[in-house]
Amino acid sequence: MSGPSINPLALLRGFVRPIDPVLMLVLAVLLGYAYVLMQSASPERIPSQLTHMGVAIALMWLVAWLPVQRLFALAAPLYLVGVVLLIGVELFGEVSKGAQRWLDIGITRIQPSELMKIAMPLMLAWFFQQREGRSGFADFIVAGVLLAVPVGLIVIQPDLGTSLLVAAVGFYVLFFAGLSWKLIVPVAVVGIVGIGSIVAFGDTLCQPEVDWKVLREYQKHRVCTLLDPTQDPLGKGFHIIQSTIAIGSGGVFGKGWMDGTQTHLAFLPERHTDFIFAVLAEEFGLVGAVLLLVTYLVLLARGFQIAMMAPSHGTRLLGGAITMIFFTYAFVNMGMVSGILPVVGVPLPFISYGGTALVTLCLGIGILMSIQRSRQANKS
Amino acid sequence: MTEFRNPALAISRFRRRAVVALVFVLVCLGVLAARFHFLQVVRHDYYLTRAEDNRIALLPTVPNRGMIVDRNGVVLARNYAAYTLELTPWRVGDVEATIDQLAGLVSIDARDRRRFRKILEESRNFQSVPLRTRLTDEEVARVVAQLYRFPGVEVKARLLREYPQGATASHVIGYIGRINERDVERIEERGETANYRGTEHIGKSGLEQSYEAELHGRTGVEQVEVNAGGRAIRALSRTPSVAGNDLELTLDIELQRVAETAFGDRRGALVAIEPATGGVLALVSTPTFDPNQFVDGISTQDWKALNDSPDHPLLNRAIYSAYPPGSTFKPFMALAALETGKRTATQAIADAGYFTFAGHRFMDDKVGGHGMVDLHKSIVVSCNTYYYQLANDLGIEGIASFMAPFGFGARTGIDLPGEADGVLPSPQWKKKRFRKAEQQRWYGGETISVGIGQGYSAYTPIQLANALSALVNDGKLFRPHIVRNVVETGSGERRLIEPEPLRKIPLKPAHVAAVRKAMVDVNVAGTGKRAFQDAAYVAGGKTGTAQVYSLRGQRYVEGRVRERLRDHSWFVAYAPAEAPRIALAVLVENGGFGSQSAAPIARQVMDYYLLGRRPGEPAAEDIDADESLPGPDDGHGHDTTHAAAAAVAARAAR
Repeated sequence: MSGPSINPLALLRGFVRPIDPVLMLVLAVLLGYAYVLMQSASPERIPSQLTHMGVAIALMWLVAWLPVQRLFALAAPLYLVGVVLLIGVELFGEVSKGAQRWLDIGITRIQPSELMKIAMPLMLAWFFQQREGRSGFADFIVAGVLLAVPVGLIVIQPDLGTSLLVAAVGFYVLFFAGLSWKLIVPVAVVGIVGIGSIVAFGDTLCQPEVDWKVLREYQKHRVCTLLDPTQDPLGKGFHIIQSTIAIGSGGVFGKGWMDGTQTHLAFLPERHTDFIFAVLAEEFGLVGAVLLLVTYLVLLARGFQIAMMAPSHGTRLLGGAITMIFFTYAFVNMGMVSGILPVVGVPLPFISYGGTALVTLCLGIGILMSIQRSRQANKS
Repeated sequence: MTEFRNPALAISRFRRRAVVALVFVLVCLGVLAARFHFLQVVRHDYYLTRAEDNRIALLPTVPNRGMIVDRNGVVLARNYAAYTLELTPWRVGDVEATIDQLAGLVSIDARDRRRFRKILEESRNFQSVPLRTRLTDEEVARVVAQLYRFPGVEVKARLLREYPQGATASHVIGYIGRINERDVERIEERGETANYRGTEHIGKSGLEQSYEAELHGRTGVEQVEVNAGGRAIRALSRTPSVAGNDLELTLDIELQRVAETAFGDRRGALVAIEPATGGVLALVSTPTFDPNQFVDGISTQDWKALNDSPDHPLLNRAIYSAYPPGSTFKPFMALAALETGKRTATQAIADAGYFTFAGHRFMDDKVGGHGMVDLHKSIVVSCNTYYYQLANDLGIEGIASFMAPFGFGARTGIDLPGEADGVLPSPQWKKKRFRKAEQQRWYGGETISVGIGQGYSAYTPIQLANALSALVNDGKLFRPHIVRNVVETGSGERRLIEPEPLRKIPLKPAHVAAVRKAMVDVNVAGTGKRAFQDAAYVAGGKTGTAQVYSLRGQRYVEGRVRERLRDHSWFVAYAPAEAPRIALAVLVENGGFGSQSAAPIARQVMDYYLLGRRPGEPAAEDIDADESLPGPDDGHGHDTTHAAAAAVAARAAR
């Protein structure tokens, strides 16, 4: 082909270059899964979810196309904006279902805590990047404060699910940056002992007159419902009871697509959002569930690979933390739907209905792609 | 922490950490896989059976709310069936577009839309939200024929609350409103979440609030078999709901209406109590409001109008507003004098028209004084000087300890929400109330103001009515109550709310008789004479005036200020004198002298209650200028601490 100065093939190549084929393939599989499940769970929402997917992929591409240094340049401003907005939510936020999470900025309502899921790892990774070679104890103190402020603001909204995720992603950066085991182990031990004692003494602790001080009443209720879902069969325990029934009745091969009775008789609550995994497990059985686990595992493996080969200290931390946040989403969601974790309102990554989480997650993929590309650029 | 001097070291450390993380990930995913295996293979049969059973759904059936009737069975609150048009948001794709289309079938105005949006924000996605209430039969027919076009839109028959008496007794009955998030929290705290499943309204004020537990009833459960579409096809079993219990009141709604009418457009309160039982016969707070406008969710404009009105119609003055009792306090002071032995009934003082304390003159309203005044005359002519002296002799501690058992300055415990404490002044109270040491000090001059029911004294109308009940009931003080019986819906059994005697104040009959004799003569020869002229029964009474000193905290509106600066007018009364069947306290805000505006209202209420006679035309417009106006003498320039204290006391007498 000869002629025009703009070679369409080159243009296409330029367009495709930022895309990492492995990540893109995994994403395609997951979104395909989402589409199929949505057909069964809530077909009327497919058009709007397709729009969400389109927007999310476009943003992912944009981030992937940006050099990772550019992303780091955005770290501090994004973080500061996030914190300011969180304070704004505290002062002027709208109350929705008992919690202040939304901020009306005229054109649209935004949820600043969601922004923090990206801004937090970016900020901390950038911070350690600046301190490369001198990561001393004081740096971890500073990083700890950077982490604690937004998490604290989200906790008081109160939004347990999101604060957990933001805390986790920040912790992952600290962990990969070399946070001493001497600090990690005691905290982990306290956590395990704490959870263990809650399980052991659940009956006493869940008496209505016991005040848990740290947690709000509804959060206490969630934990107690997990310990004994039958306590409140018409209420919150209903979610867990019905989702475990859906999963368990699916068996090895499932009841078949669109044939899930739990799903179609409307026993499953929130079946297109947080509990969509139960639809999958009911209709596609253990096979479908394990297939999903494997897909996630491929995503995580590729994420770790990108992180390990990343060109700088900061990008390594960023890649590792983002990979781990995908894992956290998936584990917490599936754990809660299958009844081994409390209901904390975390969506199944890339699959649950909803634009906000999907965009956040795709931005994460975009960042991984950007890191991967910067390595190639460094090589060449 | 190790410092990374060497980038290679940093990389290897990161890799080690990444491996740890990967192992953690694998373990967690392994746990998940194990859990899936457990649920889907090991326990598969069990869950499959449960899923089969799940073709049976549990639906709550909402109980009918109990009715409220007055002592004669007149209905004050009831339910009626009406059709509502409702949307379930998650099943409706585009809510706004659907509403626009529905607006073509039935009239949906801007108010409906606003209310819908408000409720939508407060409710969960899967709850159906009413868009229009009270559909006409024709509208129902039109919508039902088109329903197939609108998934998620339903016409439901609902029971709506209605208050047939309108604005009469609205502060007593209260109203219900939609359950909001704070109500949900409260329901959760009470452990009633399951019982409120399906319930959308809850008592928000008045009896509707305080007797919520009786009125609500028990929610039933219906087991239904559902088809593949999730629709109920057959009821399998049902535990029927149990309707809420009905309330029968001690209140007489006709008496209440007579009393409210007697107030006209004046602001004020009236509490009438049956002394022998503590049952409340009428409890008025004017202006009133129409509780019906709250039932479906009040519109913003109506809410604003009620809230911003300078007359504060939502305020229940009878139990929440505390005023200085003025001279209505004198009978109680007189009783204190006799009981403590500070005075005998016949002992007289020479009233020169003022009482001097620490170089400061506390003036009587009658220039030159009332001459020789004994206890009887002190009440009949409402002589201040007598009580200035008496208060000084009793001391503030003596007054406070005598008055407390009558319930002054403490909630009566009436079965209505939102009662205020009022203030029975004492040095201890002042210590608690103020922070600065200077302000905490009790001055002797303040005691003297308290002696004539001014100064810091502030009691709610119900406290005054209840204290009077105790006085005319040989010292027996009840917890006043509005509900007489709770009628169990199932059995029809009446549960009597027993009159609950709080205490018996030991009073010497001769002392009480002396005070009551004087109160009777108030209506024969004293300040209540005009109002009770030609009454077919003998009534005891006492007028009172509470000073309004400043307009602090209120907006300045030309033309209103003069009226709002006028004193509050009190009247307490009981009848028949020998065996009282009714004791009441009337307060008219800015009514001027007690004899002028409050006493005629008391007369009308008693005429109706004792004789069944309705007021033909407003009576007793004459002004009895005998009413004592207390207060420190501020024209004489005695700038002593006590004068200052008296001024402070007067200012507090709002």
